[in-house]
Amino acid sequence: MNFDTNLILSIMPELARAFGVTMLTWVAGVIGAALLGFLVAVARRYGSRWLGYPLRLCVEVIRGTPFLIQLFLLYYGGPFIGLSLEPIPAGLLGLTVYGAAYFSEIFRAGFEAVPPGHVEAAECVGLNRRQIIQRILIPEMTMLVLPASVNMAIILLKETAVLSIITVPELTLVISAIGSQQYAFVESLFLLALFYWGLVELAGRLGRYMEARFSKYRFVTA
Amino acid sequence: MSWKLFELLVQASFYTVLISFISITIGLVIGTAVSAASLSPNRALSISGRTFVSFFRGVPLLVQLLLIYNLLPALGLNVPSVVAAITGLSLCTAAYQAENLRGGFQSVPRGLLEAADMAGLSAFQQFRRIKAPIALRLALPSLVNEAIMILKASSLVSVVGIVELTRMAQDLAASTYRPIELFSAAGLLYLIINWLIASGGSVFERSFRWGRP
Repeated sequence: MNFDTNLILSIMPELARAFGVTMLTWVAGVIGAALLGFLVAVARRYGSRWLGYPLRLCVEVIRGTPFLIQLFLLYYGGPFIGLSLEPIPAGLLGLTVYGAAYFSEIFRAGFEAVPPGHVEAAECVGLNRRQIIQRILIPEMTMLVLPASVNMAIILLKETAVLSIITVPELTLVISAIGSQQYAFVESLFLLALFYWGLVELAGRLGRYMEARFSKYRFVTA
Repeated sequence: MSWKLFELLVQASFYTVLISFISITIGLVIGTAVSAASLSPNRALSISGRTFVSFFRGVPLLVQLLLIYNLLPALGLNVPSVVAAITGLSLCTAAYQAENLRGGFQSVPRGLLEAADMAGLSAFQQFRRIKAPIALRLALPSLVNEAIMILKASSLVSVVGIVELTRMAQDLAASTYRPIELFSAAGLLYLIINWLIASGGSVFERSFRWGRP
C-alpha cells in the first residue's frame, strides 16, 4: 500500500467544509430545537386550549413518524406549496422542527417536576416574580432537564447524518463520495464511524461534567 | 391520490413491519447476551460488552447501515441487501436493548437470589426462573419504546435499496409528482403502526403483572 500525501492534501479543504456543515447543522439545530421546544412547552402549559391541542397533535405526529419522511415532505413537497429551500436550510429547518418536538416534551416534564412548594416558599419570603423565575424555576429546571437534553443533542448529532440523503454536503455525504471515487469506501466509512463515535462520547462526557456542576441545585423530591 | 397508490403503500408497510420485527427479535437475543457480558465479573467480557453498546449507540444508524452493506461483500459474503439491512438494524437495537436489560438485571432484588441459593437452585435455574423474568418485565416498557424507535429507524434501510414503506413512497412520489400526498400517507401509516405497537404494549404490560415483587 502506498501512502499518497497529495491525495490527503487535496481532499482536506472538502473535508474541512463538510465538517463545518455537520457542526453548523448540529449546533444551530440543537439551539433552534431547544428554543422552539421551550416556546411550545410554554404555550402548551400557559396558552389557551385552542393553541394547546393543535400543538399537541403536531408534537405527536412528529414524534410518531420517521425523520426521513419529514425531510422528504419538506424538501420534495415544499416546492409544491411555495417553500423551495436549498439542501442546507431545508436540513436545518427539518432538524430544528424534529428536535423541537422532543425538546418540548423534555421541558414539559421539567415544568411539571419543579415542586410548587418551592415557588410558594419563594413567594412567602417575598421574592418577586422575576426573582422566582431567575433563582428558583430556571436553575431547578436546568438541573431537571439537563440529562435528557444532552441525550437529545446527541441524538440530533446522529440525525445530521440523515441529512446526507437530501444532499446536504455534510460529512457522511462527502466522505461516501470521496470513498467511492478513491475505491476505499469501507475504509472511509469506518473512519467516519470512529469520528461520530468519538464526538458522541465527548458530548456525553461534557454533559456529565455539566450535570456535576449543576448538582448544587439538586433537591430531594418528596 | 388514488386507492391503488395507497394499497401499494400499505403492502410496503407490511415489509417495514416484518423487517422491524425480525430486527427487534434478533436484537433482543444479542442484547441479552451483550448485557450479560457487560455485567460479567470477567473484565475482558465486560469491556467488550460495554464497547459494543458504546459503539453502536455512538455511530449514526445510517453510517452503520452503509458500512455493513459495503463491508459484507468486501469480506466475501455476498448476501442480499435485506440481510445487510436486518444485520445493521439488529446490531443497533441490540445495543439499546442491552442497556435497558442491564438496568433490569441490576434491579433484581438481591434477597430473591439469596433465597434461590438457599433453596438450592443452580445458576442456570436462577437465571431462567428469577433473573430473566424480572429483568424482562422491568425492561418491557423500554422494549416497547425501542420497537417504535426501530420502526421509525427502519425508514433508513431505504438507502440500501430495500423497497419498504419509505422507499415505496419515494418511488411513487417520483413517478407521480405528488410528494406531499405520498409522504403524508406514508407518515400516517407509520403513525398508525406506532399507535398499534404502543397500545399492544400496554395490554401486554397489564397481562405481565403477575407475581410482581
